Amino acid sequence: MAEPVANAAAPAPAPGRLRNAFGGVLCAFTLILIGVLAFSIRLFSVIKYESVIHEFDPYFNFRVTQFLSKNGIYEFWNWFDDRTWYPLGRVIGGTVYPGLTLTAGSIWWFVNALNIPLSVETVCVFTAPIFSAIASWATYLLTKEAKGTGAGLMAAAILAMVPSYISRSVAGSYDNEAVAIFALVFTFYLYVKTLNTGSLFYATLNALSYFYMVCSWGGYTFIINLIPMHVLLCIVTGRYSSRLYIAYAPLVILGTLLAALVPVVGFNAVLTSEHFASFLVFIILHVVAFVYYIKGLLTPRLFKMAMTLVITVGLAVCFAVVAILVALVASSPTKGWSGRSLSLLDPTYASKYIPIIASVSEHQPPTWPSYFMDINVLAFLVPAGIISCFLPLSDASSFMVLYLVTAVYFSGVMVRLMLVLAPAACILSGIALSSAFDVLTRSMKFQLSKLFDDGPAISGNGSPNGSSASTVNTSSSKNEKTEKSEAAPKEKQSKKNRRKDKEVTESVSVKPKKEKRLSVLPLEASIVSTLLLIALGGFYVVHCVWAAAEAYSAPSIVLTSRSREGLHVFDDFREAYAWLSHNTDVDDKVASWWDYGYQTTAMANRTVIVDNNTWNNTHIATVGTAMSSPEKAAWEIFDSLDVKYVLVVFGGLVGYPSDDINKFLWMVRIGGGEFPHIKEPDYLRDGQYRVDAQATPTMLNCLMYKLCYYRFVETDGKGFDRVRGYEIGKKHFKLTHFEEVFTTHHWMVRIYKLKPQKNRIRGKLKKLKSQSSKTSSTLAAGRKKNPWQ
Amino acid sequence: MAAPRVLLLLAAAALLAVSSVGDASGEGPRGRKLLVLVDDLAVRSSHSAFFGSLQARGLDLEFRLADDPKLSLHRYDHSASDLIRGIATECGVDFDEDPEAMVIDHINYASSEVEGDHTLIAGDDLIQSDVILGSKKIEAPVLFRGIGHAANPSNSLVLKVLSASPSAYSANPEAKLASVPSLTGSAISLVSVMQARNNARVLISGSLDLFSNRFLKSGVQKAGSKMSHDKAGNEQFVTETSKWVFHERGHLKAVNVKHHKVGETNEPSMYRINDDLEYSVEIYEWSGTSWKPYVADDVQIQFFMMSPYVLKNMSTDKTAVYSASFKVPDVYGVFQFKVEYQRLGYTGLSLAKQIPVRPYRHDEYERFITSAFPYYAASFSTMGAFFIFSVAYLYHK
Repeated sequence: MAEPVANAAAPAPAPGRLRNAFGGVLCAFTLILIGVLAFSIRLFSVIKYESVIHEFDPYFNFRVTQFLSKNGIYEFWNWFDDRTWYPLGRVIGGTVYPGLTLTAGSIWWFVNALNIPLSVETVCVFTAPIFSAIASWATYLLTKEAKGTGAGLMAAAILAMVPSYISRSVAGSYDNEAVAIFALVFTFYLYVKTLNTGSLFYATLNALSYFYMVCSWGGYTFIINLIPMHVLLCIVTGRYSSRLYIAYAPLVILGTLLAALVPVVGFNAVLTSEHFASFLVFIILHVVAFVYYIKGLLTPRLFKMAMTLVITVGLAVCFAVVAILVALVASSPTKGWSGRSLSLLDPTYASKYIPIIASVSEHQPPTWPSYFMDINVLAFLVPAGIISCFLPLSDASSFMVLYLVTAVYFSGVMVRLMLVLAPAACILSGIALSSAFDVLTRSMKFQLSKLFDDGPAISGNGSPNGSSASTVNTSSSKNEKTEKSEAAPKEKQSKKNRRKDKEVTESVSVKPKKEKRLSVLPLEASIVSTLLLIALGGFYVVHCVWAAAEAYSAPSIVLTSRSREGLHVFDDFREAYAWLSHNTDVDDKVASWWDYGYQTTAMANRTVIVDNNTWNNTHIATVGTAMSSPEKAAWEIFDSLDVKYVLVVFGGLVGYPSDDINKFLWMVRIGGGEFPHIKEPDYLRDGQYRVDAQATPTMLNCLMYKLCYYRFVETDGKGFDRVRGYEIGKKHFKLTHFEEVFTTHHWMVRIYKLKPQKNRIRGKLKKLKSQSSKTSSTLAAGRKKNPWQ
Repeated sequence: MAAPRVLLLLAAAALLAVSSVGDASGEGPRGRKLLVLVDDLAVRSSHSAFFGSLQARGLDLEFRLADDPKLSLHRYDHSASDLIRGIATECGVDFDEDPEAMVIDHINYASSEVEGDHTLIAGDDLIQSDVILGSKKIEAPVLFRGIGHAANPSNSLVLKVLSASPSAYSANPEAKLASVPSLTGSAISLVSVMQARNNARVLISGSLDLFSNRFLKSGVQKAGSKMSHDKAGNEQFVTETSKWVFHERGHLKAVNVKHHKVGETNEPSMYRINDDLEYSVEIYEWSGTSWKPYVADDVQIQFFMMSPYVLKNMSTDKTAVYSASFKVPDVYGVFQFKVEYQRLGYTGLSLAKQIPVRPYRHDEYERFITSAFPYYAASFSTMGAFFIFSVAYLYHK
């Protein structure tokens, strides 16, 4: 798009070129600053806490990266991990999206090749901030394609600090989304770029970028559905062009071939319903291209005849194909859709059928405040951006609108997909702000020049504000271009066609002096509006920095709380994992709810039964059943899985709300889904979940209750649970099949060992009991004071 | 660590319990030191034949009174009989609650000169086990006089070695029978053994006399039977059962577990699906003096992941080596080589060795599939045709 800019400055060649160069340098400098901003705003977590990996999934990614850096890519590719999902194991190489790991591994390898001895952990911690800087540059490119440099810079700056993205990409948050958002935006950029230029080179790059996205994140299906939708939109609105064909057809073919190379996707790229839309649109695109081709060959009358013929035949074939597809798809139980995709299409699907998806907090629908929290003022700017996109509507800007609309829908289904919405919101807000500033500064300049100099008003158009003027120019020229290219199929050779396009652009951009005498606002209104917009931006920046510093930086393995005495640090998780790694045998199996699986394997290096990769529902249900069963049944389940230790997370002492008792109903539901003898109503008193004196006996006797509240009454004498806010129901009890081996400082993690089977089987003890009742009663008296000895 | 064995002899409670606790270590499975607890040191002479046979087998006996203050057994503040009852209950054996009760059998009693109260039982309902009772059959009935006990049938660890006949019952012979006796018939066990899960062995008998010189030496004639034995089966019975209790027989050990791929010798850390592998283990039995190869044809190997995927009898070559070779199933995961060998009278063997099984590597699949040759031909011919087409299209005027 450099050409139109140069052309805009054409009337005054020498100073224009200088200004242009200056603009370019300024733009580059701004971009660098935006990159620095994006990187540094994500460092709060390192500064406030420490340089650690955060949360759950990042620990797995970290472990995989360690393995990769130690054993090389082929070992990683073929890695069969026998330390998770015992005894099933997991083929890591074939079930993981390798993009993030390979990226970080390459960075580590590269840095070490330069003799900079960074640890793998350091590289992993800082991968996300680095990629958010790159993502904001990609946003700049994408927005620039749609609405010019000004909007691009604006959007990049907004994206650099949008809280929704920060929440997933602070230093230490080493998750797929960290690189996937960059890949997403960059793929869209290349698509729009191809659409604008019709260059096969960019189309190929686009397929490669799509490949990187497929490597990185399961969210790639969003791309492979959004782009076909846009293509369809273009066709339906009569915007078919050869550029559209070049932008789409290579992407489908190359992209699908490349996607099938990723082991975790494999044949899914052609077998699952998520990808069918792209193939369908691919067929439609060809039909449309063929129709345009025939139209060019025949006379209108003949064409009409041919059209009816083709449409009848085409429809018949289409029906046949669709019928076959439907039959194929309907034959599979999930209709060819994966559970997660289904829960996107039907938001109530997961809660009805797949508790394991519904149980994850980030799969819940978001609340309204979370929109304000995550995208803040962008929520108000986006509508303005949509309007701006329609003035005028180009292929690129229609893509932005479509992207936004779909992303808003998806974010409404799952709070996690707020992340996909964030770039769209940033781009449209950038466009909105840029257009607004454009109008305001132009009218200010116009009014000022009228005020100080009653000379010719033309100088106002001479655009000292180079970029904004050129924006108008660009868009208008683009408009021309699309109009022109609709007629394009008449030309036979697309190569020439494109050259022609360029000529048209050049000719267009010289002439439109008259059109640009657009709406001009009064000076005062412009100044006030500008100030207000700047204030709005300032508010946004303040909010973002607050969110980055306070809300989204906590690593969740180290917790802090402020009290009157000062900052209090809860480092119980690492304490527990360190205990496990120092005090248990290397092949011991540790059972816990799946949330802690990744951390246990990564930090304690112990085999776990289930982990956060929830691929086997039955196995998770088995653990859920054990946790919901009485002690003996639970012991038998765990023993059959060779479990040695059981780990529970308990927040009742310090008031940590996301503990196992609060997650327990999900264990019951998931367990009951596979093993019907576990029934949810048994754990609820009148539909209410409670663990106080009103709780049901099943609840008070299940393993989870016992492991969490064992000896709890010792702490304060009453057994007051600070999360639930009441005293627990059953305070004094003993464990027969489990023994407590470790409880962390704040009781947040408690580890129990399975007692071995009794060496002897006792007899009935008839008379002895009555005889010894005297002694046992004295024992019982002593027990009141300290029942645990 | 070989803990000292405890032999409890308590005349007042008229029962005898032999227990040995310890661990297989050193050469033999058990140490040679034995503690004998007695209520009355006279037992030492009245049972000298039995003790003598033990000493002849190399055991080192130490006699103590049950109320010896130096013994830490004393911390339980019970009488000696309660203590024995407690131990028996711990082992899953319940003595008749009435301490005065004895086993009475009006049909299968041993006839003697005086028509007594039929408490001298001539027991011949012995357990069918060569391991516990020795390979030589005990022909003569075993004399028994004392209290009876019962074991819960669901208790898999306790075995009734000498059971009472169906006509027996347990009651106080001095008192009148007021109600139906709680223990009757063949549910009454006269002598039981218990092998704990850690393979410790305990023998519980309600009769101290069973071990006495008098019973060992005396002859026996079962009431109503013509056959008269000039020597009761007691001597053979106590010798053989004591051999079993002191781990001189029926104690197995498994060593040298090896597994490797067929054709290799090194033990891999991981197998691949469909590998062929060989597994071998050596099993020995303690003969009292040395480890002898154990020969059986029913030792099985399991290749186990939640359930056995392979279950196979192992063949043995009479030199204690058991081996089996099989193909790893077409399922990957963390498997275990399991040998679970539980046989009556023998110590349990349960070996488990974890071994992961991985799927094929990316380069272990067939490179070219014969049936796919048409597709290869199709793709290469398409490529060639496209190339020719491009050349023709670009350079043909």
